[in-house]
Amino acid sequence: MNIEKYKKGEKILIKGNEAMAEGAVRAGCRFFGGYPITPQNEVPEYLSWRLFEAGGTFIQAESEVAAINMLYGAAACGTRSMTSSSGCGISLKQEGISYIASAELPIFYANVIRGGPGLGNIAPCQGDYFQATRGGGHGDYRVIVLAPGSVNEMGNFPKLAYDLADKYRNPAMILADGLLGQMMEPMAFDFDWVNIDKLPPKDYTMTGCKGRERRIINTLLMDINVLERHNWHLFEKYEQIKANEVRFEERYTDDADIIIVAFGTSARIAVDAITKAREQGIKVGLLRPITLWPFPEKIVAELAERVGKILVVEMNIGQLVEDVKMFANGKSEIYFYGRPGGVVPTGEEVLDAIKRALKSRNVKLGEINHLNKL
Amino acid sequence: MKVFKKPLSMTPIPMRYCPGCGHGIIHRLIAEVIDEFDIRERTVGISPVGCSVFIDEYFDCDMIQTAHGRAPAVATGMKRSIPNLVVFSYQGDGDLAAIGTAETVHAATRSENFTTIFVNNAIYGMTGGQQAPTTMPTQKTTTTPFGREVKIHGYPIKVCEMLAPLDGPIYLERVTVHKASGVLKAKRAIKKGFQSQLDGLGFSLIEILSPCPTGWGLTCKKACEYVDEVMIPYYPLGVYKDLTQK
Repeated sequence: MNIEKYKKGEKILIKGNEAMAEGAVRAGCRFFGGYPITPQNEVPEYLSWRLFEAGGTFIQAESEVAAINMLYGAAACGTRSMTSSSGCGISLKQEGISYIASAELPIFYANVIRGGPGLGNIAPCQGDYFQATRGGGHGDYRVIVLAPGSVNEMGNFPKLAYDLADKYRNPAMILADGLLGQMMEPMAFDFDWVNIDKLPPKDYTMTGCKGRERRIINTLLMDINVLERHNWHLFEKYEQIKANEVRFEERYTDDADIIIVAFGTSARIAVDAITKAREQGIKVGLLRPITLWPFPEKIVAELAERVGKILVVEMNIGQLVEDVKMFANGKSEIYFYGRPGGVVPTGEEVLDAIKRALKSRNVKLGEINHLNKL
Repeated sequence: MKVFKKPLSMTPIPMRYCPGCGHGIIHRLIAEVIDEFDIRERTVGISPVGCSVFIDEYFDCDMIQTAHGRAPAVATGMKRSIPNLVVFSYQGDGDLAAIGTAETVHAATRSENFTTIFVNNAIYGMTGGQQAPTTMPTQKTTTTPFGREVKIHGYPIKVCEMLAPLDGPIYLERVTVHKASGVLKAKRAIKKGFQSQLDGLGFSLIEILSPCPTGWGLTCKKACEYVDEVMIPYYPLGVYKDLTQK
């Protein structure tokens, strides 16, 4: 059996969730703990046999709470580990993610978002933007958030997530949605099979203290001065991540009269709307944040300065738009078009929103103008 | 000649437990066992939340501190990653039998190959003496000021009895450290729990009844009498499961 399964660059047709699972194993994942929840079930199902092939461990945990803590243990032992869930399951994992962020252990996890709040539904949604980009759990911390916009990125981002997680000793996640998870698309892995034995050694893992001083992984820092120092240390790390790891995609921004800011599935739909708009002579551009945290704040500020109107399209009632508003800093009119509850907008709807935003007059700079209610 | 000395697996840091508390005795027993097996250099201990949250200061081996109740899940991730590690979790009654019940039961039923030291002192010590899942009927705590009324607060959980019918656990024993004979038996039980792990057999749990004079509002002597007269009749000592010979 060929353990590597696919060659780098080999074109395959695969579901988003399975691409992500295969991408994780390919990137060195050897531990998965998770709990079933739709629409991400293909991830554990795939890994239940694939990790077995790769010599790793798959555990269907008793809860999301247990699953994330299994990762805490596996990552503490130096294993590239993964969990995945959706909305409510991630809420349960937030406790553990906070501990892992404080302990500075590298893990990779995915939220294939479903409709919320509460049990919501199982349709594609982007309502967990705040949960992901604000850390989500208790305390002052951040996680690196990657937002794929295709099955290709679903498959290739796990490698990026692991590399960033290891580099900064920080959790890194993929924020996808039910549509990206469930659909099939052609894709190709853009990286070779990662040989886990050749990954850089880690000097903080729990391996037994033979030949060295004992190590302690601890997130209880009772001395306020010590905890404050730890918080500032984390802050400095986050500043480094912000300086080095911002990723985004720009399209047609050079001549645009209006810019759409959208991520993931919404960005795909925006591309459809932009293509239609350009056929009609309407100059629309796209900014697609790929890292939702660190947020591409400089480019948002720059575009706000240059282009008079920004339209934020999201599958929620307005979350990314608040970041856009913050970094546009009153330099541009901000419009918002959103469909929450699992509704995926059409290109036509977004095109209509573009036209209404362009027609709007007397709009206060920096205010969020909701186009949904019109 | 045998000289009494501190186990090598303990640090010189003085413990900060109240007079009459059982934790210090239990720590020492674990350290003695680690020394006797000569496994300090491949042991990882897991600290819980509660009075023993500081055990990473006391054991001279790799130590990881975890969220309240989650030690069995963390231990699972560690042992599955590096099976050659010797992992013990050290958990109190609130940690293991309230907030972490699910993790305990499922680690036991998967027969994860680590050793659980479960300290049952019938109270939440660190947070100031609230009702534990193992608090005795009629026992006064800061959240049962009129005494634990089972019709209102429910019955104490008997952990060994609860886990024994599962197929997963290999070795379950309840011991006590409130008297010298109990301490000797507790040491044997801890040693057997570690042996079971070293033999790769699976899940072991040693429940240790431990006095908490401060939380109980009793003198040290009275607290020991309380273990004898009230706790042991409710939580009988003994082996609840032993598949180590099979």
